[in-house]
Amino acid sequence: MNYQLVLKNTNLGDGTTVDIAIEQETIVAIDTGLSGEVEIECRGLIALPGFVDLHTHLREPGFEASETVLTGSRAAAKGGYTAIHPMANTNPVADTAGVVEQVKALGDAAGYVDVFPIGAVTVDLGGVQLAELGAMADSKAKVRVFSDDGKCVSDPLMMRRALEYVKKFDGVIAQHAQDPRLTEGAQMNEGQVSAQLGLTGWPGVAEESIIARDVMLAETLDSRIHICHLSTARSVEIVRWAKQRGIRVTAEVTPHHLLLTDELARTYDPVYKVNPPLRTEADVLALREALIDGTIDIIATDHAPHPAEAKECEWDAAAFGMVGLETAVSVAQLVLIDSGRSNWQRLAEVMSLNPAKIAADLGQGEAIKVGSTANLALVDPAVQREIVAVTESKSRNNPFAGMTLPGRVVHTIYRGRPTVLDGSIVEVAR
Amino acid sequence: MKHLISAADLSLDEILSILDTAEEMSVVNDRDVKKLPTLRGKTVVNLFFEDSTRTRISFEVAAKRLSADVINFSAKGSSVSKGESLKDTAQTLEAMGAQALIVRHHASGAAHNLANSGWISSHIINAGDGKHEHPTQALLDAFTMRKRIHGSHSRGKSLDGLKVLIVGDVLHSRVARSNLLLLRSLGAEVRLAAPATLLPANPNFLGASYYLGLDDAIDEFHPDVVMMLRVQLERMSASFFPTAREYSRGWGLSAERLARLSENAIVMHPGPMNRGLEISSEAADSAQSTVLEQVANGISVRMSVLYHLMSGETRE
Repeated sequence: MNYQLVLKNTNLGDGTTVDIAIEQETIVAIDTGLSGEVEIECRGLIALPGFVDLHTHLREPGFEASETVLTGSRAAAKGGYTAIHPMANTNPVADTAGVVEQVKALGDAAGYVDVFPIGAVTVDLGGVQLAELGAMADSKAKVRVFSDDGKCVSDPLMMRRALEYVKKFDGVIAQHAQDPRLTEGAQMNEGQVSAQLGLTGWPGVAEESIIARDVMLAETLDSRIHICHLSTARSVEIVRWAKQRGIRVTAEVTPHHLLLTDELARTYDPVYKVNPPLRTEADVLALREALIDGTIDIIATDHAPHPAEAKECEWDAAAFGMVGLETAVSVAQLVLIDSGRSNWQRLAEVMSLNPAKIAADLGQGEAIKVGSTANLALVDPAVQREIVAVTESKSRNNPFAGMTLPGRVVHTIYRGRPTVLDGSIVEVAR
Repeated sequence: MKHLISAADLSLDEILSILDTAEEMSVVNDRDVKKLPTLRGKTVVNLFFEDSTRTRISFEVAAKRLSADVINFSAKGSSVSKGESLKDTAQTLEAMGAQALIVRHHASGAAHNLANSGWISSHIINAGDGKHEHPTQALLDAFTMRKRIHGSHSRGKSLDGLKVLIVGDVLHSRVARSNLLLLRSLGAEVRLAAPATLLPANPNFLGASYYLGLDDAIDEFHPDVVMMLRVQLERMSASFFPTAREYSRGWGLSAERLARLSENAIVMHPGPMNRGLEISSEAADSAQSTVLEQVANGISVRMSVLYHLMSGETRE
């Protein structure tokens, strides 16, 4: 029989080469010699479950000069993503059912990825009053992940309340771990480089102390906690200890913290300014090890677009953040595959399966098998590509620009439909 | 040499060349007619985003004695609150014909950005960027030390073996950073004395040994030079130290500590001084103090820097 869509000769990452047949939104057959009305040649390409980003900044509503739900969705599709979780620090803040529903509707209208909004923990990210978490959970956006990202829920009592309150709907608090007092005016990692550059230091302990507190709160309350963008070796140690105790903690690392160090600040180029800051080589190595051994559960991009003028200035005045949706899988391949330390199964876990599980995303992060939703990324691992700053994202603050990274997303299939073919966005008919 | 951003950028030969030329300039400064035609027709802008009357005037006098046209541009407040970016301000001044920008900015790296971002092509002289560097201060300090030690035979001399103690708020001090780098290039041994709160988090800062008390430093290091840094009283409210009195007792150069220095040791301060806090009047006014020499030498050294960067160019 002829299936609607067949991906021919895909490599499942374990050496087997198969065809994947898709009807509507579902994988209906995995075998050899399948034929379809539409066939996409995938020889040499690794088939992976569509990627799920648990930490994206889409900037809409409020900062559409940097990114919109549409442009961010296209950048995500280009990077092999089929679902993204936009953070709440928009204007207005996503702290009500109305805003999260609006963002979700914009995502549906864009049609490139599932857009699952993250709700704010506190009203206006102010840290003072709990936002209507229940209303956001019950809304059409079905929010399960809550975060004041950009700001830390630093008040321990507020954190306690939030961790308890979301248990009703099995929600999770994603903590941006940063003690505000220890990081007043902080500009970059506190260490030898900051001392020489005269930039105010952001000490690792400001992150580690909050993580230590929060995993103990989670243990006390038997709640679930997710730690955003781990950046130090000691944070890894704390999470490892917590997991050994059976605490329900998950942790993420960004591509930039897996690859770049604070030495780059010597250029005073604010493209390298990010929060939490780039750390030392020793931290990078510890984060990689933790990603390989399972202490860190996922790679999340913290894709943070900014307009040119926010980076074309002196370091102190520049905005924190860097884009990352279109380069994440290359960094993952570098760290897990090209290093010879891990495998494609692990890459699928950290880029797709685990983030979807943490966020309880329906139809995402499913292993490639008959009956799974047809969300797929087809990656050519043999390519070495020079990263350019001009991409599908509206913004250009790309710290990887000019670097050569391995791997390229060739096709992305989102709910049975190609969103990227041969490396180019497929325009969605509207 | 196109720009002067960091003391680390200067080779020993370049440092000695600047200091030796400054010796020539100081001869000019001792004359009745203190003027050279070197930079006639060239335009130098003092671009100051931070108040600093003495540094600005020092550069202004230096440029005028070399016959340059000098424009003072005071752009107080951050670029953000002011509404104009650093890039736009710099490009505007260059469009008005500036060939060199002497930049004082509250953000570390601002001078580096102007020199390296491709926004403008003017010469950039860093006149203090945030907590980073203040290279002409380090040059004038080195010049002053050399002059005290070698007098009229200073030309060509380094500072080999000289023991320099920098005392005070190293963490926030661009003067300390530039001096540490420059004096080391000249062969001096530099150590630090400060409360631990006012040392960088990794106190083995650029490899310099440190003392947490001034008494230990004096007794164990026997410095030839004691360089006192200005203490900002706002550091007290931020709990870097409890009170002015306690700071003074632990790290101030009192008359008693002055007496324990070797009689040839010199006492330096970049100014403005907080008398009674980091330095006593006895120390500031003693024969060992070089405070006013530093001010006078600053003009000669800045003339030399402008000369090195700007002379001999044809106008474009």
